[in-house]
Amino acid sequence: MGLPAVVVTHGAVRLFPSADHPAGARPEERPVGRYVARRLLLTIPVLIGASFLIFAMVYALPGDPIRALAGDRPLPASVQAALTAEFNLDDPLLVQYAKYVGGLLQGDFGTDFRGRPVLDTISQRLPVTVTLTAVAIFFEILIGITAGVLAGLRRGSFFDNLVLVSTTLVVSIPVLVLGFVSQYVLGVRLGWFPVAGITQGLYSYLLPGFILAATSLAYVTRLTRTSLADSLRADYVRTARAKGLAPRTVVVRHTLRNSLIPVVTFIGADIGGLLGGAIITEAVFNIPGLGRAVFDAVSQQEGAVVVGIITLMVFFFIFFNLVVDVLYAVLDPRIRYE
Amino acid sequence: MTPSTSGAHPAGTPADSGTTSRTDAAARATATPDTGVPVLEVEDLRVEFRTRGPVVNAVNGVSYSIAPGETMAILGESGCGKSVSAQAIMGILDTPPAVISGAIRFEGRDMLAMGAEDQRKIRGPGVSMIFQDALSALNPVYSVGYQIGEMFRAHRGTSKKEARERAVELMDRVRIPAARQRVDDYPHQFSGGMRQRVMIAMALALDPKVLIADEPTTALDVTVQAQVMDLLKDLQRDTGMGLILITHDLGVVNEVADRVSVMYAGKVVETGTTDDVFTRPAHPYTRGLMSSIPLLEDKGHRLNPIVGAPPSLAAIPPGCSFHLRCPMARRGADGRPDCAADVPPLREVVVGRRSACHYSEELLHG
Amino acid sequence: MSDRDPVASAVDPKLSRDSRHPRDPEQRHDEVEAGTTTGLAAPDVDQTDGSQTSLWGDAWRELRRRPFFWIGGVLALVFLTMAVFPALFAGGADPRACSLSNSNLPPSAEHLFGYDQQGCDYRATVVYGARNSLLIGFTAVVGVLAVGVVIGAVAGYFGGWVDSLLARIADVFYALPLILGALVLLRVGPEMRVFGQPIPIISERGPGAIAIALTIFGWMTAMRLVRSQVIAIKSSDYVAAARALGAGSFRILTRHILPNAVAPVLVYATITVGALIAAEAALTYLGVGLQQPAFSWGLQISAGQNLLRTAPHLVLIPSAVLSLTVMGFIMMGDALRDALDPRQRS
Repeated sequence: MGLPAVVVTHGAVRLFPSADHPAGARPEERPVGRYVARRLLLTIPVLIGASFLIFAMVYALPGDPIRALAGDRPLPASVQAALTAEFNLDDPLLVQYAKYVGGLLQGDFGTDFRGRPVLDTISQRLPVTVTLTAVAIFFEILIGITAGVLAGLRRGSFFDNLVLVSTTLVVSIPVLVLGFVSQYVLGVRLGWFPVAGITQGLYSYLLPGFILAATSLAYVTRLTRTSLADSLRADYVRTARAKGLAPRTVVVRHTLRNSLIPVVTFIGADIGGLLGGAIITEAVFNIPGLGRAVFDAVSQQEGAVVVGIITLMVFFFIFFNLVVDVLYAVLDPRIRYE
Repeated sequence: MTPSTSGAHPAGTPADSGTTSRTDAAARATATPDTGVPVLEVEDLRVEFRTRGPVVNAVNGVSYSIAPGETMAILGESGCGKSVSAQAIMGILDTPPAVISGAIRFEGRDMLAMGAEDQRKIRGPGVSMIFQDALSALNPVYSVGYQIGEMFRAHRGTSKKEARERAVELMDRVRIPAARQRVDDYPHQFSGGMRQRVMIAMALALDPKVLIADEPTTALDVTVQAQVMDLLKDLQRDTGMGLILITHDLGVVNEVADRVSVMYAGKVVETGTTDDVFTRPAHPYTRGLMSSIPLLEDKGHRLNPIVGAPPSLAAIPPGCSFHLRCPMARRGADGRPDCAADVPPLREVVVGRRSACHYSEELLHG
Repeated sequence: MSDRDPVASAVDPKLSRDSRHPRDPEQRHDEVEAGTTTGLAAPDVDQTDGSQTSLWGDAWRELRRRPFFWIGGVLALVFLTMAVFPALFAGGADPRACSLSNSNLPPSAEHLFGYDQQGCDYRATVVYGARNSLLIGFTAVVGVLAVGVVIGAVAGYFGGWVDSLLARIADVFYALPLILGALVLLRVGPEMRVFGQPIPIISERGPGAIAIALTIFGWMTAMRLVRSQVIAIKSSDYVAAARALGAGSFRILTRHILPNAVAPVLVYATITVGALIAAEAALTYLGVGLQQPAFSWGLQISAGQNLLRTAPHLVLIPSAVLSLTVMGFIMMGDALRDALDPRQRS
């Protein structure tokens, strides 16, 4: 049996344990739709709170960008006033924020001080960050789950100990350092990977993606290992063997299927985290993604860009956490939507 | 039911058990006078766990046999090795750390000597098992219908659809109400008693010759316990399977078992028909068990529970493993056996009764 | 309020220090909870604090057998000493005595770490960087714990709308990545004005500002940890008993619940010191943390970045030292967690 199929009927999602025997089945109705709607409502204050927090911090920089933009030449007072008005720089904080949110709701992220729409910057940088995240998640799944499964199946083996030691090391080494060391060894010395930039297409994302994944990768490995070892000890695995199932079936259907639930949900949540957390990796490898854009915008005091991108990152984070909550309930029938 | 089995008639001999040596069968015939050729024989089964630290001797030379249609109870306190011996029969102990020796003959073929794949094929259609806690013994992420149907799919290559139909039939047979509506429900959606019925349906899916029930009712409410035991008895009558009932519940044994084997510290210390063992225990441990239950007619009398705790299986006392708790233990003088040094063999003390006590006769006759 | 409240002592094992009834059943109950298998009668001698000795005693016996604990402990100790007495490790060199003629010289027998771009002895420069790293790491962890424990305890203990509100606030901060939030705060901090005045500490771009930024955006895990511990312990029998006997909220919280949450918080804090040191290096590397001429591994990595091809030691050496420091705390915390978690014991 594969993963449960989700069928939407009359606004409520019904979960069938399997797509191939819907006839005569009495699917238990679980009001996923209402659950999702309620969760979405709950996320609104979080989204507003987080973006307001950033907005309020950036608000501390009134006027300065205009002067920065002008450079050494003094701006005519009239131009300065016009710019100030255009960016609502004289309004009180809350009014400014309300205007900003009003714009956001209409899909308007505002413009930077050069007049370029923030949405342009986002749509230019987002694909880069998404690619980087996708590569990282790919490594987490491929290496993390594989290593975790092998270690979990053979606890106490040489490989298991190797996994334990190496994951501890990876978690202990700051991303900054991992980045530089791999850049130096694999890029500068061995020349296997581009040292920086994204000029070589997908290939140039491999090393940064791996570095971005490293910490989560170690965690996925550990989690898979522990979870697998736990379910190997579970009573239902003993039952599966007593049923005379083939060893393969016992491991795949009755052990892996159960033990991967927390792993899958962790990886799901990590997508949301990585989309917003690539700032150091992007800085080390000089990758023009969202993290780099925020960093540049912070340096240049481009408030609208900073707030816009961080709001988007927060949205991703919240969105993927919501997805994970729903996914969790889909994967584990014991979880109920409340 | 498998057509080839004439299991409903205890005397019927399964076709392929002709390989059983005559002497074996004859030897056992004395122990099981009222039943036919055993379908499952356990001989000198030993299980030890070799982990870091002391070796744990969980089972130390257990022998018994079960005939079609017969119910044998294995009675003992927790930690006496009764569950481990059952799991050894099912081949679901991890080896290592478990080291299993002896012989487990199913229809005359030694399961310990055959390959893993042949052994696996016996689990389900040959010997099947139900566990104490059905909630943890059922996989939480699959519907009960899937888990029951898996038996057909794994052993008979049945299609998913067909397997599901058979699951519904089985659920009907174990008297789960509205089986067709509930076949896609998950274990956590059932009550404890219904879950145990699901376990039973699953175990009976392929009409096993022997069913091992490991404390099947311990986790249930008293009223539900009786229902489940009744169901097991009815199903056994219908199918003619042998039933090995592992329990510490004397009441259950008294009600359903034909024969009983009492286990202590990894050994069988007494066997016999349930009536005999219950009315005239031939081993001080059995007698201790009997006198630790309150009886209505004995109102006002003090109970005589066994003193002390069962020994750790990592440090079983020398001699008779029960001697430290035994009110009859003797230091052997005048050439009489020393309970603290001489291991009492499991010997026939009366026709059809075996006991591992040097002084059984004293218990029986005076 | 009295420190010797016989009622409280009798129902809470953590107060058995003051207890006149050291053999109370709750004490044994706690031992069982703590995972000791020998939870039966505690010996008559050493009656005080029996439960504590068993939990921490067992943990210590566990810890002693773990190589990670020793490696981590030695590393942490070495770097702590380095932070307090840098001169001991600098090999007699003065990090401020620089000569451009030595610029970027690679490591040699006499100067183990070589020289940096300004021609300063790199060993001395790197060694003097330990102080800021550890100072920020420890200050930030104290801040994180202070905020997290207070908010978590209040949320978990009072529940209801207080909990909902605080949990929502934690969600807001959780949604902001630590580095990103701290980055923005540290960048705008010096220019923030409250009533026309710069905010103290925050405006100074020093270790204090970084510690505050890390605290503001890093307290949530500690809060959730304490919150869940408090909720779990709140429903335990001895807290119910204390409440039944009329103990007030504050007393129950501070005397009965919080001491029980110490073990997981300690583990969390140890690991977090390492994580915060790494975060400080990242922020400094990004240019919003410590500024020249401070000694900081983040600054050294940042300065060496452009010389990676010609003078890789400028990046690699502070990287290695930074990693070893972080590793020390994380390994120690890891070992501590395994030792304090009875389920991990085989």
